[in-house]
Amino acid sequence: MLFTSYGFILFIAVLGVLYYVIPGKAQWILLLAASYLFYAIAGPVFVPYLLAVTLIVYFAARIIGRKLNEQNAYLKEHKEELSKEARKEYKAAEKKKRMTFQIIAVVLCVLILAVVKLSAVLSAVWQAKQLSFLSIAMPLGISFYTLQALSYLFDVSRGTIEAEKNIFKFALFVSFFPQLVQGPISRYKDLSATLYTPHPFNKQAVAFGLQRILWGFFKKLVIADRILPAVQTIYSDLNSYTGAYAFFGMLFYTIQLYADFTGGIDITIGIAEMLGIKVQENFNLPYFSTSLKVYWRRWHISMCSWFRDYVFYPLSSSKGMQKFTKFSKNHFGKRFGKRLPVYISSFVVWLLTGLWHGAGATFVVWGLFNWFVLMASEELEPLYERFHKRFAFSEKLPYRIFQILRTFGLICALNLFDVCKSVGETFRAFGSIFTFSNWKQAFSGGLLNLGIGLSDYLVLTAGVVILFLVSLYKNKKGDPRISLTERIRPEKYAVWLILFLIVLIFGTYGIGYDSSQFIYNQF
Amino acid sequence: MKKQGKGKRIAAVIITLLVAAGVLFFLERLLVPKYVDDVVEGAFVAEYYKEENKDFDVIFIGDCEVYENFSPVVLWNEYGINSYIRGSAEQYIWQSYYLLEDTLRYHKPQVVVFNIQSLQFNESQSEAYNRMSIEGMRWSASKVGAIKASMTEDEHFIEYVFPLLRYHSRWNELTKADFEYMFHSKQVTHNGYFMRIDARPAEDVPPGRPLADYSFGDKAMMYLDKIRLLCEKNDIKLLLIKAPSLYPEWYEEYEMQVEDYAETYDLPYINFLEIQDQTGIDYTTDTYDGGLHMNLSGAEKLADYIGPVLLDMGVSDRRGDPELDAIWEENNADYEAEIKEQEALYGLNYTSPLN
Repeated sequence: MLFTSYGFILFIAVLGVLYYVIPGKAQWILLLAASYLFYAIAGPVFVPYLLAVTLIVYFAARIIGRKLNEQNAYLKEHKEELSKEARKEYKAAEKKKRMTFQIIAVVLCVLILAVVKLSAVLSAVWQAKQLSFLSIAMPLGISFYTLQALSYLFDVSRGTIEAEKNIFKFALFVSFFPQLVQGPISRYKDLSATLYTPHPFNKQAVAFGLQRILWGFFKKLVIADRILPAVQTIYSDLNSYTGAYAFFGMLFYTIQLYADFTGGIDITIGIAEMLGIKVQENFNLPYFSTSLKVYWRRWHISMCSWFRDYVFYPLSSSKGMQKFTKFSKNHFGKRFGKRLPVYISSFVVWLLTGLWHGAGATFVVWGLFNWFVLMASEELEPLYERFHKRFAFSEKLPYRIFQILRTFGLICALNLFDVCKSVGETFRAFGSIFTFSNWKQAFSGGLLNLGIGLSDYLVLTAGVVILFLVSLYKNKKGDPRISLTERIRPEKYAVWLILFLIVLIFGTYGIGYDSSQFIYNQF
Repeated sequence: MKKQGKGKRIAAVIITLLVAAGVLFFLERLLVPKYVDDVVEGAFVAEYYKEENKDFDVIFIGDCEVYENFSPVVLWNEYGINSYIRGSAEQYIWQSYYLLEDTLRYHKPQVVVFNIQSLQFNESQSEAYNRMSIEGMRWSASKVGAIKASMTEDEHFIEYVFPLLRYHSRWNELTKADFEYMFHSKQVTHNGYFMRIDARPAEDVPPGRPLADYSFGDKAMMYLDKIRLLCEKNDIKLLLIKAPSLYPEWYEEYEMQVEDYAETYDLPYINFLEIQDQTGIDYTTDTYDGGLHMNLSGAEKLADYIGPVLLDMGVSDRRGDPELDAIWEENNADYEAEIKEQEALYGLNYTSPLN
C-alpha cells in the first residue's frame, strides 16, 4: 500500500477516527493491529520476516536484560565481598555470556537481511539459468526494521534501556507502520516515550500532522514522480543518453531522490504527529550543506547515527583498535597514526552502509567513494585552513554558496552509483559529461523527448522553487507551520488550501501515470 | 499572534470551506472533458436526462452499432414510434444492463432493442470507453453497479465520485471549449442517434482473425441473462439484433451462440448482416467509415426496416398525441438543421433514401 494511494489515505482516515474514539490505553494495540494489517496488505509473504526479526530480538533482549539485571543484583549484593579485580572478572564473564545471545541474534537477523539482499542481486543470474524458484521477494522495509530492532538489542545490552517485557509493545516498536518501510530508524528510548502513552485528541497536533503529510505529498507527487520519466528514460539507455543527458540525468535524479525520500519521511512524521507520536527528524536541509561531512550529518540522519553509534564507536574504541592505534602511532607518526584507526573504522562503516543499500558492486563502490572523499577532506583540512587564513573570504556569502554548489555537485556525482547498472557504466556516464558535447542538441528539443514535456518542466521548476524557498525560510526562521499559526486564519487557511490545490492539480497520480514506489521502500 | 473571537474563528472556517468547495467545483467543471469537439461520444449518455418527456416506447441499448445505425426521427415520421437510443462508444454489456436499469427509473418502454455485438467482451477493455459510458449517468444504484462492473485494474471508484481526481492533469490540454461549456453542454445527438451524412464505401474489409476460443464469456452471458430477466420482470419485450457492421468480424460461432440463446428463451433476433437485400443497405453509399458504421442513409434504411418489426411486436403508433407531435416537430427541425450543417461541412447534398 503506497503512501500516496487512495487506499492508504482511506486507511489513515479510518485509523485516525478509531484512534481518537477508543480509550487511550488501547491506542497502541490499535496501532499494532494497523501496522500488521498494513504490512500484510503490502504482501502477506513478508509478515514472517517481520515476525522473525521481532521474535529473535525480543527474546534475545529479554535474556540479555535479565542477565544484566542479575549481574547488577549480584554485584550489589556482594559489593563488600568482591575485590575490584573479582568484580571486573565477574563482569567480563557475564558480558561474555550476554554477548553470546547478542551475537546469535545479530547473526540471525543479519543472515535474513543478507539472504534477501543477495537474492535480489542473484535473482538475475538465477533467472538466466531458469532457477527463478530460488528468487526471494525483498520484504518491504526489511533493512529499516532490522536496524531498528538491532539498535534496541544493542541498547539493552549496553544497559542504556530496560528490555521491554510486553512482546506486543515491542512488536509495535518494530512494526510501527508509518516508519516501517522507509524509516526513520528510531531508537527505542525516543519512540517509546510517546508510542504507548494515551493521546487525547489534540487539534493542533492533528493539524500539524496533516500539514506535514500534505507537504510530503507535494514533494512526492508534484516533484519526484513528475521528474521520474526523464530519469528512467536516461538511465534505461546510458549508451544513447550521454554528455548533456547524463548531466541532466544526474541532476534530475538528485532532485527526485530528495523529493521522494524527504517527502516520504514528511508523510511518516506527519502521520505520527497526527497520532500524537514523536518520530525523529531524518533530514536537516541536506542540500544546503557546505561539505560532504556536513551533508552526512543532515541526510538520512537516523541511518548515519545508527552506523556511528553501533558500528563506528564500538569498532574504533575496541581493544583491538586501541592496540592498533598504538602501533600506528609508532610507525606512521603521531598525527596520521592517530587518524589511521579512525579511517579504518570509517571504512568499515561506509562499506556496511553501501551493503545496507544493496549487495551490488555499485552500492559498495558508492560507499567507498563517500569514505574516500571524507577521508581526503579530513587529510586536506590543514591545507584548507592555511588557504582560508591567507584569503579571508571563507565566511562570506558567495563562498558559502560556492561550497553549497560544490557539495551539491559532488552529491549528484555520487548518486550516479545509485542509478547506474554497473560501476563501469557509472564512470562512463560521468566521463561522457566532459567528453561528449551534445548540449546544443539537448537544448534544441532533446530534453523534451525524455518522457516529460514543456508543461512538466514548468511545473517542476515552480515546484523546485517553492521547495527551495520553503527550505530557505526553514533555514532562517524555523518551521513554517509554526510561523503560519501566528497568522490570522484566512491567511493560513489560504496557504494550505493553495498547497492542497497544487497537489491535487499538478500531482502525478491516477490513470495515465505509473504510480511510483518510494525509492527507499526498496531498501 | 492576533487573537480572534470564537464567532470570527467559526466564520473563517466556514468561509474557507465554502471557498474550497467553490474552487474545487469550478476546477472540476473546467477540467472534465466536454465531449463537444472531436470526441463527442462521451456526451451521449447524459443527454437522455435532458428529455422532458421520457415516455419512450422503444429503447435501443448498445454500442456504436445502435447509436449510429438507427434514426429515431425516421421511426417517428414513418411509424409513429417514440424511441430513444441509450448507446455509447464500445458500451459493454454490463453497462447496457445498468443503463437499462437506470432508464427504468424514469419510464417503462414496450420494447427494448439490444445489439449483441458487445457479447464478445467479457471484461472492460478501456478506461476511456468506461468513462464515456458511465460518467454521463446520474448517480443511482445503477451507476454504482455500472462502475463496479466496469472498472479496469487501474481504475478507482473514487475517481468516478470525484472526476477531478481523474482529470486533474488536463490543465495542460485545455481548449476554448473547456471554458465555453463549463456549465452547459451542446446537444450532439438526436434522441441518442449520432448523425453522419458523409460516405466512405466499404472496400477491402479485412477478414477476421481466427480466435482460440469463440465462446462468449461467463460475465457477458450473465449480463445478457440479467437484461432478459429485467425485461421479463417489467413486462418489456426484448428484441436482439446484430447491426450490419462489416467489422469487427461477426464470427459464425458467435452467431450460433446468439441464435441458440434466442431460441432457448424465445426471443426475436435479427442479424442485419444477413438481410442486406431486405434492408437495402448498400455498403458503397450507406457507411461513412468503410463498413464499420452506417451513415444517415444507412441509419434511415435500418430504421425503416425495423419500424414494422417493432409495430408487429406491439409498439404503439403515437402520432396524434399533441405533446409528442410538438416534441417531434422540434426534433425534426433539429435533425434537418444538422443535415444542412453537415451538407455545408462535407460539401454534399443529402437525399434521404426514403424519399
